[in-house]
Amino acid sequence: MTTTKTPAKALIMSGYGINSEMETREALMRAGMASDIVHINDLIAGEKALSHYRLMVFPGGFSYGDDTGAGNAYANRVRNNLWSDLKDFLAGDNLVLGICNGFQILANLGLIPAFEQVRPREIALMPNRKGVLECRFVTLKPAVENLWTRGITHLYCPVSHGEGNFSCSEETLKRIEREKMVAFRYCRDDLSPAGGEYPYNPNGSLADIAGITSADGRVLGLMPHPERAMEFVNLYDWPTQKEHLRREGKPLPTESMNMQIFQNIVAYFEK
Amino acid sequence: MASHVHRIEVHYSRDPRLQTRTERFRSPGVPLRDLHLVDVYTIATSQRDFSPDELSQIGAQLSNPVVQRYSVDRPTEADFDHAIEVGFLPGVTDNAGTTAKQTIEDYFGFRFGEGEAVFSSQLYLVAGDLTPDSLRRLTAALANPLVNRVHVRSREEYGETGMDTITPFVRLDELQAAGTVDLDLPDADLARIGKEGITDPETGERRGPLALDLAQLHAIRDYFRGLGRRPTDVELESLAQTWSEHCKHTIFASAMDDDLPRGLYKTCIQAATNTIREAKGDKDICVSVFTDNSGAIVFDDEHLVTCKVETHNSPSALDPFGGALTGIVGVNRDTIGFGLGAKPCINIYGYCVGDPETEPALFRGKNRENPIIPPRRIFEGVVRGVDVGGNCSGIPTPQGWCYFHDRYVGKPLVFAGTVGVMPRARNGRLLHEKQALPGDLIVMVGGRVGKDGIHGATFSSEALDPASPVTAVQIGDPITQKKFSDVIVKEARDLDLYRSITDNGAGGISCSVAEMARESGGCHVLLDRVPLKYPGMAPWEIWISESQERMTLAVPEEKVDAFMDLMRKREVEATVIGRFTDTGRCVVEYNGETVMDIDLEFLHDGLPKKHLQTLPVTTTYPEPEFACPDRLDDLLLAMLTRKNICSKEFISTRYDHTVQGGHVLGPVQGSGRVQASATLTKVVLDSMKGVGLSQGLFPSYTELDPYRMAIAAIDTAIRGLIAIGVPMDTIALLDNFCWCSSDEPERLWQLKRAALGCRDGAVGFGTPYISGKDSMYNDFSGFDADSNPVKVSVLPTLLISSIGIHPDVATAVSMDAKFDGDLVYVVGETNEELGGSEYLAHLGIEGGTVPALDIETAKACYERMTDAIEKKIVASAFPVTHGGLLVALAKVAIAGRVGMDITIPGGMRPDCYLFSESLGRFVVTIAPSDREAFEELFGGDANLLGHVDGTVFRVSAGGKTLIEQPITAMEAAYKAPFGRY
Repeated sequence: MTTTKTPAKALIMSGYGINSEMETREALMRAGMASDIVHINDLIAGEKALSHYRLMVFPGGFSYGDDTGAGNAYANRVRNNLWSDLKDFLAGDNLVLGICNGFQILANLGLIPAFEQVRPREIALMPNRKGVLECRFVTLKPAVENLWTRGITHLYCPVSHGEGNFSCSEETLKRIEREKMVAFRYCRDDLSPAGGEYPYNPNGSLADIAGITSADGRVLGLMPHPERAMEFVNLYDWPTQKEHLRREGKPLPTESMNMQIFQNIVAYFEK
Repeated sequence: MASHVHRIEVHYSRDPRLQTRTERFRSPGVPLRDLHLVDVYTIATSQRDFSPDELSQIGAQLSNPVVQRYSVDRPTEADFDHAIEVGFLPGVTDNAGTTAKQTIEDYFGFRFGEGEAVFSSQLYLVAGDLTPDSLRRLTAALANPLVNRVHVRSREEYGETGMDTITPFVRLDELQAAGTVDLDLPDADLARIGKEGITDPETGERRGPLALDLAQLHAIRDYFRGLGRRPTDVELESLAQTWSEHCKHTIFASAMDDDLPRGLYKTCIQAATNTIREAKGDKDICVSVFTDNSGAIVFDDEHLVTCKVETHNSPSALDPFGGALTGIVGVNRDTIGFGLGAKPCINIYGYCVGDPETEPALFRGKNRENPIIPPRRIFEGVVRGVDVGGNCSGIPTPQGWCYFHDRYVGKPLVFAGTVGVMPRARNGRLLHEKQALPGDLIVMVGGRVGKDGIHGATFSSEALDPASPVTAVQIGDPITQKKFSDVIVKEARDLDLYRSITDNGAGGISCSVAEMARESGGCHVLLDRVPLKYPGMAPWEIWISESQERMTLAVPEEKVDAFMDLMRKREVEATVIGRFTDTGRCVVEYNGETVMDIDLEFLHDGLPKKHLQTLPVTTTYPEPEFACPDRLDDLLLAMLTRKNICSKEFISTRYDHTVQGGHVLGPVQGSGRVQASATLTKVVLDSMKGVGLSQGLFPSYTELDPYRMAIAAIDTAIRGLIAIGVPMDTIALLDNFCWCSSDEPERLWQLKRAALGCRDGAVGFGTPYISGKDSMYNDFSGFDADSNPVKVSVLPTLLISSIGIHPDVATAVSMDAKFDGDLVYVVGETNEELGGSEYLAHLGIEGGTVPALDIETAKACYERMTDAIEKKIVASAFPVTHGGLLVALAKVAIAGRVGMDITIPGGMRPDCYLFSESLGRFVVTIAPSDREAFEELFGGDANLLGHVDGTVFRVSAGGKTLIEQPITAMEAAYKAPFGRY
């Protein structure tokens, strides 16, 4: 790994029920990127400045207890207090990542899909078809090669959300697909399409969509949690894999395939 | 009083949950076609009104235009026959309303004042041909009259105007003062004060049970005679809280019979721990036991882990959702309130409920009034309570269990536990130690105080009866708690801003402040400083209220500005409510008047000692007689569908068990997804150590043999951890006794036997207790459908929870069989021990021999298992528990989605061999190449039963086939009972 003169740093948002900030920081750190966890009120009060960072992360959580719609209340707080700083940030050579509750926040802010600069809300993460939170491992396949998905054959990590059911108008879906903005889709174990079938597609998402980018590709929203399965021993099926490897006389890996997405972020800033 | 009221209704244009929701509430008695849901926000202000344009902007803020529509002061239009609106009663926590209020404040840059609020409610638009009776049934399923207000309209009544606009503000008379209570009364009148409460001078009504007995009331009367004055109501209520069974555990603390003069706790629980700690010497794992809000053991050189398991039974009987929710967020505070604050990192749940397919006709009142909540709604309610509490708090909830029995229909048992992690030292201080000093300020943080939860501590010390107060119900607000949890354990603790902290649980600040006052030697509280949810509360109510999401801290004067500033930045309400002193007194002031002034010593140690007597009970049952069928296929499938054996996976997937990134062995395992006995979680991400959790409980054994019941629970809790690779010498235990009718000498005898089992089991295995809790009166007293009095007491229930440290999670072993050809063993001895077993319960037979255990033999065997796992020669391991060997084999096979070829030894009737619940056993599978090493290690302890093979599960004995079933059929049976939950 090369080091740049001023290493890019990440800002990880926290507060009001965001809860995955620690493991998100750990994942970025392991990939080689330092980050600060910053309470949204410290940004609003001007004690920290978004402009000091190159990556902004909205991590997973239950901001405001999902009241008034998952991610909606936190998005309102961002829009009502930080909108101009955020617009400046988006105009630079910077990245934004939203995972789970973070994706819901990005969708409510209109940072995704953001076909135009005005950023209306055009997609929604509705309640899961089953109507309850679903926590289980899912397999994801990249739908396009971009800065986020480079080198990834598949991810295998947990979803854990009550509202991850991707929805938008037919027209919007066509445009998202045409402009190659679908980043990941839910799929079966053999990487064939989930075809909407539960539990491979855990929430009823349109076109098996698990994550999309903004039109300019700099913002990624992803429902599943790669940061919660950073290591081989975090994977649901690791005990079986372990027995395979042991009997073949092979060593156990330490990292999981899910780290690639964080390594891709670091690689982007090192280019 | 709000003069401007507006109503915003939000609904999905195409609701993805419509089908699931409708199906959930559709039943033969409730022929629903569709059940639409509308979210309603009622905005009530007085200082300003909103223009139509502004109201539209608010509607936009509270909805998502892509998939939702909103209307302002205009009813939602839809195709329906009835409209049911469910809102909250005045004073009940309304989280969605609060969030909406904050959003509006943020958007317009103004603050709602007193008497202004946003109220949320849910409007169900029901399509279907419903009779008045089916409408009532549906309403009962949608709302709980203790916390909800319900408003029903037909389509016609709804018309063009829709529902009424309701603003459930709390209205109370202004400014109440403390009164005094005359205790110079005849015993009968005194007893009535203890049982029903103080008579309110204004209304003439009793204020609710103090749960003080005559001896305690005499002690209080004598104390105040000595002071030459009457007690105030504040003092009497405060003593009732502090002396409650819930807080002082008088039954465990009292002398018992002639042989236990120091009582059960000191003789059985504490002494066991002391003996073990001494024997372990340098290898002692305990850091803090019994004295703090949680117990703590060593995790590694830098960290310790804490654990506490609580129960929340009475509130859950009345409001299952609110009861379980406050149960889990309450025990989280036992973690945040341990030492100087540990970070909650794993949640634990456990539910004992009635069979959800039954609807027993039981009532709290005569003439079929005030029916109990049916088991299914209790079950679904408590499941949802921990769902909301745990998920919103960002704490993984991998570990849990459910146990079903008809004896839990009157009162469910709801267990909630939390594991915490903290550095052992920071800034030169040991973080598990705390000490409030004289002069420190008393600071309350978190939520405001309302009437909710008043008499909670005394209430759970009384059996549920018709006079149960509705104020005992609370709804938690996990996000308010998450906010202060984060700022305390992630910021304030490490900035060294306070000297002591504790939870406001049972008894509210009356207990937390008085408890911390022991550290400094006194306290002086200014009760009028306590922030209230609404005006008009009496001082005694403020003092003992159990409003949720609050903690009390001791903050040194020189740090109070920094502390308050940090809380302000994180939008956490914090208030200085007094000062710790060294006067030896607990003094409480309200608007300049002293309303309480008691010696701390009397408050804490003045309660009269009791000497309890027990009476042995032995029930004899006829020797069980039943035949063994030739084939056991049907029996196997029937056992797999038993509720105590089958899959409750819908809970595991609803509870986030991956947050914080430490998932290693989760609640379900293998490609067949079977619920495991133990889970393993990394709580320090850069360490390869992990925290293993398991548990044991056998309520069905208690009436037969309470001593063996306790040994079985301990053995099972330990064995679950041994099976995943946690070594015995890292394991600690927690005890939760949930007994019934504890004023009866026979029940006390069972309690004594169980406690002696707890002592012998723990000492035998060398596993110390670090924390425990008891709940002694889990009885329901009410009436049947014909108004005959009925008492339903829970099975005397002992939960043993285990926590242990895995040295290297990469060597951990899961439960699922792995590959064709792997060898299948049972480790440990099988005897004919069917008493209290799931098999006899299935056959409807009572009696039989409860499993016994030779602990020395078991211990040696478990050490060999640890050795085998370290040597990496175990492919899967699973403890044999409820349902016996056959159920364990089946679960291991289903989890691996592989068949097995099993031959059982002769010498015992096949059904007895396969369903006996003998302790000390594991099902183990290994690679064929490890056979020699494995058999050499275990010798005669391991019996080879067969091998993993194909997709069919076969069992034979003496050349005769007993079972031949496709594994898919077994998986279907195992998952059938709760498949549609």
